[in-house]
Amino acid sequence: MTSTTSARPLPRATPESAHFWEGAKRGELLLQRCRQCASAYFPPQPFCPRCLNDDVEVVRASGQGRLYSYVISHLAVPGFTPPVILAVVELDEGPRLLTNIVGVAPEPERLPLDLELEVTFEVFDNVALPMFRPRSR
Amino acid sequence: MMTAREVAIVGAAESTEIGTVPTLSSIGLATDAARRALADCGLTPSDVDGVAAAGLQPYIATQIAHQLGIEATWIDATMLGGCSNLLHVRHAVAAITSGRCEVVLITHGESGRSRIGGPLFRHAPDSWPGQFELPYGTAGPMTLLTLGTLRFLHDRGLDSSALAQVVVTQRQWAARNPRALRQTPITVEEVLAADLVAYPYTRPMCCPVTDGGGALVLTSADRARRLPRPPVYLCGTGEATGSPMSSQMPDLTSSDAFRRAGAAAFAEAGMGPHDIRHAMLYDAVAVLPLMGLEDLGFVPRGESAAFVAQGHTAIGGRLPVNTNGGGINYTHTGMYGMYAIQESVRQLRGEAAAQVAGLTNSLTHTIGGMFQGAATVIMSTDAG
Repeated sequence: MTSTTSARPLPRATPESAHFWEGAKRGELLLQRCRQCASAYFPPQPFCPRCLNDDVEVVRASGQGRLYSYVISHLAVPGFTPPVILAVVELDEGPRLLTNIVGVAPEPERLPLDLELEVTFEVFDNVALPMFRPRSR
Repeated sequence: MMTAREVAIVGAAESTEIGTVPTLSSIGLATDAARRALADCGLTPSDVDGVAAAGLQPYIATQIAHQLGIEATWIDATMLGGCSNLLHVRHAVAAITSGRCEVVLITHGESGRSRIGGPLFRHAPDSWPGQFELPYGTAGPMTLLTLGTLRFLHDRGLDSSALAQVVVTQRQWAARNPRALRQTPITVEEVLAADLVAYPYTRPMCCPVTDGGGALVLTSADRARRLPRPPVYLCGTGEATGSPMSSQMPDLTSSDAFRRAGAAAFAEAGMGPHDIRHAMLYDAVAVLPLMGLEDLGFVPRGESAAFVAQGHTAIGGRLPVNTNGGGINYTHTGMYGMYAIQESVRQLRGEAAAQVAGLTNSLTHTIGGMFQGAATVIMSTDAG
């Protein structure tokens, strides 16, 4: 489990990302999808990054993904107790995001690439951050 | 096709001291280097009509001009991290060629270690990095330039020793350079056994953070021939945007910005990777020269580590790379591009600490931010 001290730098939503952070508070990982070209995308923005159409909808991601790549940081960062797993997770819907892997020891042997993961949320000062843990069987 | 080489680097210098310089601010390092670069080419501030500088506060170019008594009528304050100074070179070539200005002074100064005289860089909590990266404990280049490395190694059937070999090879160059911060020869085993910074990266695979400055003076090829130093002609340049966050790169094992900037520079120069005899490939962390070798087309995808292991980038190799020792050994103030191109100029003038014999061309390739952009410059001793 990662540190839960509020010294962690926390996000502040913008009008474009408010839905994402509100969804996270409800335990939902939200993406957006273009109704024209059907592509799902992240980070949040009010138009499709592929076809620039603003006919887009907010969709709930499955929360399933795989470990695309990562580092195990030993650097001192206020709010964190090293080592911290900083990972890029590729969601089943396609988009990737940077996150922490929790619920597993920060050891390379436990973290093979393509490891199947599922989203979990950790709350810090009323902000819920999406994180990922090895998928439960 | 060989394009006209209408602009040249005629003056070049680094700050008197690099490394730990507690006696100068960021701008002090830049003006120190600027005065040395002007002295190098025998020009005075009244000859200069263009200034370029990049930093964390937006008005640096103005203060540089003011302190040096330059009445500039052409300004480039483009700021894109470590590739900024090469963007300035590219923009200056266009400006001089089109007659917008005659003599451009490009400066860099950064008190990265002592942190004197400049704001610290912080992402706002409502920026994309502030929302989607910082809350997870990112700590700059060592966690963001490195994010795709395990995938890079995995896809190519490599392990961390590929990163260690980059350090070992570049340390051999650094051992010949009295100005390099890390000069002691090192083995692959020693690199791998060193303290972890961010697995798979150990300390020697990551650049230090230092103080330093550098400056270039550019003018037309015609005027260059009347100046004292051998002109370094600018043959081709390229620039490209990348991704606003490294986690959003389309492929974290290959930079689209590297590919586009490199291709543009080669096309403009009328040259290809196999024509290049010396390369400076920006290396804040050890994977970057490997990506540079692949993305610029020096080797096919997947073959960079073998190319390094076979000694082709080492002393005596067919493509000497990072001959000052590279950012990981020589110095790295935060925005390293100026030091990379300074080494290209020294090599082409025949005055490098670890001089490669008989060079007629050199390529410098630089990254901006965390793969947010790239710039490439190809230079030659030949007027074309």
